[in-house]
Amino acid sequence: MNEEKHVISMLVDNKPGVLSRIVGLFSGRGFNIESLCVAETMDPHTSSITIVTMANLPIVEQIEKQLNKLVNVIKLRDLTGPKSVKREMALICVKAKTENRAEILSIVDIFRCKVVDVGPEHYIIEVTGDEGKLSALLNLLKPLGIKKIARTGVIAQLREPK
Amino acid sequence: MKLKGTEILLKTLKSEGVDTIFGYPGGVVLDLYDDLIRTDIRHILVRHEQGAIHAADAYARASGKVGVCLVTSGPGATNTVTGIASAYMDSIPVVVITGQVPTPLIGNDAFQEVDIVGITRPCTKHNYLVKYTEDLAETVKEAFYIAKSGRPGPVLIDLPKDVGNKTITYNAPREAKLKSYNPTYKPNMKQLHKVVELIKTAKKPILFAGGGVILSGASAELKKLAKKTKIPVTTSLMGLGAFPGTDPLWLGMIGMHGTYRANMSTGDCDLILAVGVRFDDRVTGKINTFAPQSKIVHIDIDPTSIRKNIPVTVPVVGDCKISLKHLNRLIEEVNLRDIIKKRKKWADQIDLWKNTKPLAYDQKDIIKPQYVVEKLYDLTEGKAIVTTEVGQNQMWAAQYYHFDRPGHFITSGGLGCMGFGLPAAIGAQIACPDKLVVDIAGDGSIQMNIQEMATAVQYCLPIKIVILNNGYLGMVRQWQELFYKKQYACTNLDHSPDFVKLAEAYGAVGLRATKPDEVESVLSKGLFSTDTVIMDFRIEREESVYPMVPAGTAITEMLLV
Ligand SMILES: Cc1ncc(C[n+]2csc(CCOP(=O)(O)OP(=O)(O)O)c2C)c(N)n1
Ligand SMILES: [Mg+2]
Repeated sequence: MNEEKHVISMLVDNKPGVLSRIVGLFSGRGFNIESLCVAETMDPHTSSITIVTMANLPIVEQIEKQLNKLVNVIKLRDLTGPKSVKREMALICVKAKTENRAEILSIVDIFRCKVVDVGPEHYIIEVTGDEGKLSALLNLLKPLGIKKIARTGVIAQLREPK
Repeated sequence: MKLKGTEILLKTLKSEGVDTIFGYPGGVVLDLYDDLIRTDIRHILVRHEQGAIHAADAYARASGKVGVCLVTSGPGATNTVTGIASAYMDSIPVVVITGQVPTPLIGNDAFQEVDIVGITRPCTKHNYLVKYTEDLAETVKEAFYIAKSGRPGPVLIDLPKDVGNKTITYNAPREAKLKSYNPTYKPNMKQLHKVVELIKTAKKPILFAGGGVILSGASAELKKLAKKTKIPVTTSLMGLGAFPGTDPLWLGMIGMHGTYRANMSTGDCDLILAVGVRFDDRVTGKINTFAPQSKIVHIDIDPTSIRKNIPVTVPVVGDCKISLKHLNRLIEEVNLRDIIKKRKKWADQIDLWKNTKPLAYDQKDIIKPQYVVEKLYDLTEGKAIVTTEVGQNQMWAAQYYHFDRPGHFITSGGLGCMGFGLPAAIGAQIACPDKLVVDIAGDGSIQMNIQEMATAVQYCLPIKIVILNNGYLGMVRQWQELFYKKQYACTNLDHSPDFVKLAEAYGAVGLRATKPDEVESVLSKGLFSTDTVIMDFRIEREESVYPMVPAGTAITEMLLV
């Protein structure tokens, strides 16, 4: 069966060990995590967790049921697909030789990113966007030489009814 | 009211109805023990913490209450892990209280410090490290609530010494209620209507019940459904006793060592009504050959059990008892007479399977284990609570002791944990002082927790241990015989103690039978004694358990005697 990317978003108790329960469930059952984001919500007693995982449908169903079963998981939603807005941020350090600097800046401009650090040999670019935007940007920058990259992983939110 | 943490703990345990604790003391729980003996809670001092947790597990199964186990930090806590894992696999409600080093020392590799909450996270239903005395009462209440509700399971509470020692103003805890934990008890009626339709049209239906039926107390409802619809019943190992083992509709156990008729029925049926099961691999055999033509209804309180291993036609999430009650009510309105008539061929087919390949053995000059279990069944009139160790002994117990009632077969099913039977017998006997409790044991397994003989004798527990002594790790030897060209690598147990003398050394009674004609007299003498008794039966060394479905093959492809 086809593996697909799934975005699972959870509201959980903001307590020690909760993340470890969630991650342990993935590792203990051989499920894979592609990215993971955790932060407090407006209510300091709860956190929100967004996990991206690659799996086929029955496995995703099983993952979601297992997560839901954890006592500290208050609410779970599969946010895969267009029903949600997804964003990820990356900090990309690219080699910036004199002859490439203009090209890089024009890419930055087109993608509406920001240069947040400059040196004689590099730029660090801050970019926010969905998966498509990030991978398009990376494809353009790759030939110029990416030195380092740090990504936050996906966060997502359900769109409100129009 | 001002109370110390340990007093709050004990007070809350009492309010949860706890009257018995299985435990073993140590440094960080000294204060708790000091307060414990001042209460009327009975403490059973085991000889190894694994014994305490298995005993608490069996106590829960035999009594229907939550079992409680109390141990010290570090090695005391780690010694319970095997038993916690076993209780977790079998969904048994136990609360384990472990002492912990004082909070300022946590994380410092202090003496006898282990991260037991971390260690047991994957094998508990939930667990807690209590950091503040103020949280203690509520945590204990919550732990009991989680342990016994929904799909039950073990819950661990780690209690640092200073949290237990602090005195605070005590406020009675509120009722446990969790916004993130709400098991579904009531089934979706739409789904149940679909089930009724399937029952109406099925030509070759079977009922398949598991431990969930016993846990939810749904045996009477199951029986009613089966009787009304005349649908034959099989169970998993964990489900034995959920349906009377002497009923004409009884197919026998399903699975790796299931009966010929139960396994063949599963292969040929067109509807499986699965209740409180989880389709373990020992039940299904090769998964894609399991019940190939059958529609499957799966009723279980745990949604993760449904569609985990096999596709399901109609899933029903709900408590087994409540779901079956509703189903029985819906069935009342159906005219079943014609439907049952149409299934005559199916009933005949099952009878044919039953009569062609029944469970059988040939008792000649050496004692057969099946004969011992059968005699045990006769002499106890099928009324004993039977605990088992693991291996061939467990399977012969399952096949030849016919369980008519729930809560009478107590075995480590999911984990298959050797050393379970003796401490389990202790727990069951304490829960049911007036019942006859028998541990059907192997010569290997019994040595894994043999130290609990001292516990049994200390508390004058008249448990009976029936050792089916084959001088082998028999089940492993059987696999070696069948699949490893009879190379018996490290399974010969020819250096075992003299179990009769061992029994005597513990202050118990030891008896031995070496010939078939001694079996009955040894059993009679042992069973009707008021002492703790070990009976050592020297059985045919290379007897094997049949039928057997080799791992990874279809359950209809059985090796037979
Ligand atoms: C703690 C543990 N260790 C190892 C095993 C693997 N194992 C399963 S059955 C068995 C043999 C048990 O021997 P015995 O108790 O003599 O029972 P028999 O099969 O001979 O009746 C072994 C070693 C196990 N189930 N549990
Ligand atoms: Mg043996």
